[in-house]
Amino acid sequence: MLAKRIIPCLDVTNGRVVKGVNFVELKDAGDPVEIARRYNEAGADELTFLDITASSDNRDLILHIVEAVASEVFIPLTVGGGVRAVGDVQRLLNAGADKVSINTSAVVNPQLVKDASDRYGSQCIVVAIDAKRVGDHWEVFTHGGRNATGLDAIAWAKQMESLGAGELLLTSMDRDGTKSGFDLELTRAISDAVDIPIIASGGVGTLQHLVDGVKEGRADAVLAASIFHFGEYGIDEAKKYMKQHGIEVRL
Amino acid sequence: MSIDIAVIDYGMGNLRSVSKAIEHVAPAANVVVTSDPAVIAAAARVVFPGQGAARDCMREIDARGLRQVIVDAARSKPFLGICMGMQVLFEHSEEGDTACLGILQGTVQRFPHEAMHDDKGNKLKVPHMGWNNVHQAMPHPLWVGIEEGERFYFVHSYFVQPTTPDVIAGFSHYPFPFTCAVASGNIFAVQFHPEKSQNAGLALLGNFVTWNPGEHASACDMSGATCA
Repeated sequence: MLAKRIIPCLDVTNGRVVKGVNFVELKDAGDPVEIARRYNEAGADELTFLDITASSDNRDLILHIVEAVASEVFIPLTVGGGVRAVGDVQRLLNAGADKVSINTSAVVNPQLVKDASDRYGSQCIVVAIDAKRVGDHWEVFTHGGRNATGLDAIAWAKQMESLGAGELLLTSMDRDGTKSGFDLELTRAISDAVDIPIIASGGVGTLQHLVDGVKEGRADAVLAASIFHFGEYGIDEAKKYMKQHGIEVRL
Repeated sequence: MSIDIAVIDYGMGNLRSVSKAIEHVAPAANVVVTSDPAVIAAAARVVFPGQGAARDCMREIDARGLRQVIVDAARSKPFLGICMGMQVLFEHSEEGDTACLGILQGTVQRFPHEAMHDDKGNKLKVPHMGWNNVHQAMPHPLWVGIEEGERFYFVHSYFVQPTTPDVIAGFSHYPFPFTCAVASGNIFAVQFHPEKSQNAGLALLGNFVTWNPGEHASACDMSGATCA
């Protein structure tokens, strides 16, 4: 039976992982390869790297990181942040990324999602959707939740599926950083609206939130950063908890 | 320097993961990623990966003049197909109504929309993406050291349907049983990604780089239990 996935997310800038990481005996807390190796050993099902570096000068750094991680860690790697053209997708895939996540550029130029999935296959194109509740619906935001787009999140998710997205990374801007749990209503609405897998993100503070994301939100995978980075919970601990609550996981 | 393992590059996606994983399990081997038919012909073993759409894959194979050398390699030396590199070994794919290489008998079909729900009625997503249990349908040297039911990483929307069940080496459930590994002579091919399946995947690749198909045939004739 297909397992629900747990995906730690690492924010990278200037070649370093920037969110605090609390692995024991980690000599260099910011080294992406070392962190990726630890997560791999702990049983992470995939890893996501988000390049939060704005300037193009640092673009090559994420490529070096992906190359280094892909040489040592043999689980799927998703890389996102600043992907603007098919050429960016190609460079990341060539460096060793298995999937590329497209966010703002999908809104600016939806054709990029079609061009990239036509060329490299839907399986490697993830569209990241940042959504915020506005009145009686959810709206898509870009630039880390600062810019409203006027797009309805459910309609947008369906459009991205039709253009060839293989997976959606859905972040609730209302919940992100709150540790109050996923926006389950949003997650469920999007998951029911499309046939492609949904990764739920934004708001995880407890292991029960992961269970709720799968059971109530119908997410196919759950992504979290801080609860794992700060050592509050281990990946294996999270998986055991999910299994105890009747969720199929890879142990 | 002789070429131990050629990874066929026909322009379809990320080959770095495949070559790095092979180098990891065979550090002394000369592994080359190549689109040169002469290099593929000279290699002792061939890995045939691939992702993307079937029609594009077949077009790229022909555009690079690789069809004959792939067919020859699949008939003559240890040959490992991965993902799309498994699907195009068959005769025809529903994806883009594509004629494939026809090295193995059978077709490639999409997960049918009407069947994609679990026994509780929950919708199952396509692509089939993530870690699923692989059940070994036959003993084979490439399964050695890998537990029955071990999880491997999948990402695909189409699956193979061999004409004859005797080539089925492994299957998974999503939600119905589908073939995820086939074995025929010197060919072994898998729908999942061993290069992305952590220890189990590395074990399979490690088995491939030392596999001698000739020995396998006689060993398996002797015993139905194991080919170790």
